[in-house]
Amino acid sequence: MRLLKLVPENTNIKFLKWRVPFYVVSVLLIIASWALVLTQGLNYGVDFAGGQEVRVTFEDRSEAPIAELREQVGGLGFGEPVIQRFGDANSVSIRVPLPEGAEDQAGAAAAIGNSVIESIESRFDNVRRDANETVSGKVAGEFRTTALYALLAAMVAISIYIWVRFEWQFGVGALFALFHDVSLTMGMFALFQMEFSLQIIAAILAIIGYSLNDTIVIYDRIRENLKKYRRMPMPELLDLSVNETLARTVMTSLTLLVALIPLLLLGPASLFGLTAAITLGIFVGTYSSVYMGAPILIWLGVTSDSFVPTESAADRQDRKARGEA
Amino acid sequence: MLDFPLWKRLFLWGLTLVAVLAAVPSLVSLTGARWPAALPNQTVNLGLDLAGGSHILLEAEPAQVARQRLDTMEEAVRDGLRGAEPRIRHGDISTSGGRLSFMLEDPRQVDAARGLLEPLTNGAGLTGQRDWTIQVVDGTRFIMAPTQAGLQLAVTQAMDSATEVVRKRIDSLGTREPTIIRQGDERIVVQVPGLDDPQALKDLLGQTANLEFKLVDTSVLPADAARGVVPPGSELVPYSQDSAFPGTSIAVRRLGGIRGDSLTNAQQSFDPQTNEAVVNITFNSDGASRFARLTTENVNRQFAIILDGEVLSAPVINEPILGGTAVISGSFNVDSANALAISLRSGALPVDLAVVEERTVGPDLGADSIRSGILAMSIGSLLVVALMVSAYGRFGLYATGALVLNVLMILGIMAVMNTTLTLPGIAGFVLTIGAAVDANVLIYERIREERKRGRRVIAAVETGYKEASRAIYDANVTNFIAGVLLFLFGSGPVRGFAVVLIIGLFTSVFTGVTLTRMWVAGWLRRARPNDLTI
Repeated sequence: MRLLKLVPENTNIKFLKWRVPFYVVSVLLIIASWALVLTQGLNYGVDFAGGQEVRVTFEDRSEAPIAELREQVGGLGFGEPVIQRFGDANSVSIRVPLPEGAEDQAGAAAAIGNSVIESIESRFDNVRRDANETVSGKVAGEFRTTALYALLAAMVAISIYIWVRFEWQFGVGALFALFHDVSLTMGMFALFQMEFSLQIIAAILAIIGYSLNDTIVIYDRIRENLKKYRRMPMPELLDLSVNETLARTVMTSLTLLVALIPLLLLGPASLFGLTAAITLGIFVGTYSSVYMGAPILIWLGVTSDSFVPTESAADRQDRKARGEA
Repeated sequence: MLDFPLWKRLFLWGLTLVAVLAAVPSLVSLTGARWPAALPNQTVNLGLDLAGGSHILLEAEPAQVARQRLDTMEEAVRDGLRGAEPRIRHGDISTSGGRLSFMLEDPRQVDAARGLLEPLTNGAGLTGQRDWTIQVVDGTRFIMAPTQAGLQLAVTQAMDSATEVVRKRIDSLGTREPTIIRQGDERIVVQVPGLDDPQALKDLLGQTANLEFKLVDTSVLPADAARGVVPPGSELVPYSQDSAFPGTSIAVRRLGGIRGDSLTNAQQSFDPQTNEAVVNITFNSDGASRFARLTTENVNRQFAIILDGEVLSAPVINEPILGGTAVISGSFNVDSANALAISLRSGALPVDLAVVEERTVGPDLGADSIRSGILAMSIGSLLVVALMVSAYGRFGLYATGALVLNVLMILGIMAVMNTTLTLPGIAGFVLTIGAAVDANVLIYERIREERKRGRRVIAAVETGYKEASRAIYDANVTNFIAGVLLFLFGSGPVRGFAVVLIIGLFTSVFTGVTLTRMWVAGWLRRARPNDLTI
């Protein structure tokens, strides 16, 4: 039986030849992502913005009356609603933000929700209430804070672990790669104005985990090769390590993708954002392990000596006593 | 490394079997079939986003508790000073700034007043701390301020009884297995699965049901009331939207009324004359005697029936009501009268509760989500298996076996630990399926490499497992860190994602590394191959 070989044997791709241009582009992309996040802003869902999201299905129609809904809900005076198809053509999600100045009123979001539902049911027949989410301004603020803490804590804790298990340069490299992944994912959400919710934070943490998986596999091979080839120049050694692990990188990314894509296409509509973010993250994370995590080791001065035990004072005395140089 | 004595093999298979068996009840119930009750039946709980239901977070306003304590204290002080022998004359009572202050007319009575007031300030706790401080300034002015500890205790007590009231009200709806938990100092989480009408639940929880009977201050001219001018000791209360005079207010005496917390029963019924829906209430003996006194002393005067700060009606007392029952009318329909009756029966909430977060999913959507989630998961798994088998042949089959056992073990462990499977949890399963094979990929690629370098079969397999383990270990620890943080900071459904990821890390190392190594070792021993197709 002939087995499938996705990557030819003994590849020798010069990944690091273009490390400087790639790095410049990546750093620019990170900056652009943050510029987008800061200027365009993230399209916060009710989790983070507070407000009301109602999902309904019009059971006796083939398509939801989006234009009429917009007029109906917009006429309630809570500001412009965001109305989108959700899953089937006759299902919609209607998102109404908290009105200006209602951030501190505990019951404001819930009151809006009631009147939105009542108004829709008074105008249309056979409306099935699928789901309803209400978040007050205060709770939304707490979600924003905890989400930020979770991301920061995850990045720092993981980098410290890598630092302990490898060397400090690897910790910095991993942190940089993670920062790259988180930035680009958020930039993508700002660019396409996709809904940014608690689920997306979960997705980003999953991305952090799996991007790191990649980084660790490559780092582990770099460490092994540093011990094995004491005199090989760093760029060459990094290329060798990336090439040696390339078959695994491709295979794992592919298994993740074939598992996720059916979920993206056929899975429940409410999981679309989460799945889309993770799928995107697999590409970004794989790239960052090769181009963000590895080259930084050169610039941070990792050499073969980093993993050779340094000579202790006792050893030195021993050596001198034996009359060696 | 490849040595698996019999006891080790039995142990590993036993462990796998236990975890897989634990998953069986959950699998059966997921397909909709019934599981015999006589057998162990711990199943994975379905989250509200899959089973359908409501998650509601209620928040109390502690300032309101402080306000109520101040009113109660004012009434106690007035009663105490008035009832003293000799009477202690006082005036200029104010409750601004959260403190109660008043002046004595006679400075010689300061000590007597202090002696009278001190028992009122004793803390309920055993710490000996006082709930209020008493200060005398300028010789005759008393200032009573609540202590932080006393206020804290009052809020805690209010929340305890609020939780109890919420529980009673939800039980009255007859729903199955509601969860009601205090969260932090000021919040209550309510989770009710499979609810037909979440709006009814929210209405029921949102109603404080603080029923008050207060005398109308008829000395206030309607024109003054409209301008908001009332004498001290009275206050303006708006008429409810459903009452006969919506949009207007009426002046009532602030103190000396009766609270509706002394009820023994409340029932919805109909007014025999108008056929309107009304609520019949029955006072307990204490409430009945106070109500009798109020109505006896005030025949031909008007009193207001106030619910949650809004006047329902203000009837004239035609004759003393001595039987301890009363009828509340106020433009109810049957549903709202019934809801009020339930609320009154379960007692008033000691503090207003606002819905600050709600997530409700209809049962149809939940069932749809399970179906499409499982379909996507099955297709994804088949694709992963196809990929693994075509890339690694026999070894791919081992990885497939590991994958199947991995999914079953996660489900089994979740059932035993009584955790909840949510919609993001399904995504967690899919992600775990894609990622769990990474350990196998790492090992198999390493074996390939070692074979290419010319190592013999056994040595290549041994080195493959040994060298790959380091990266597998590090990668799982870092994923574990991310998962734990997600669990700690995440809320609700997102936690379900973290649970699956964390359990999946442990099971995937067990199945993907330990079990496959046992299978590979067994095959190597039996077949003694000279070459590996990998």
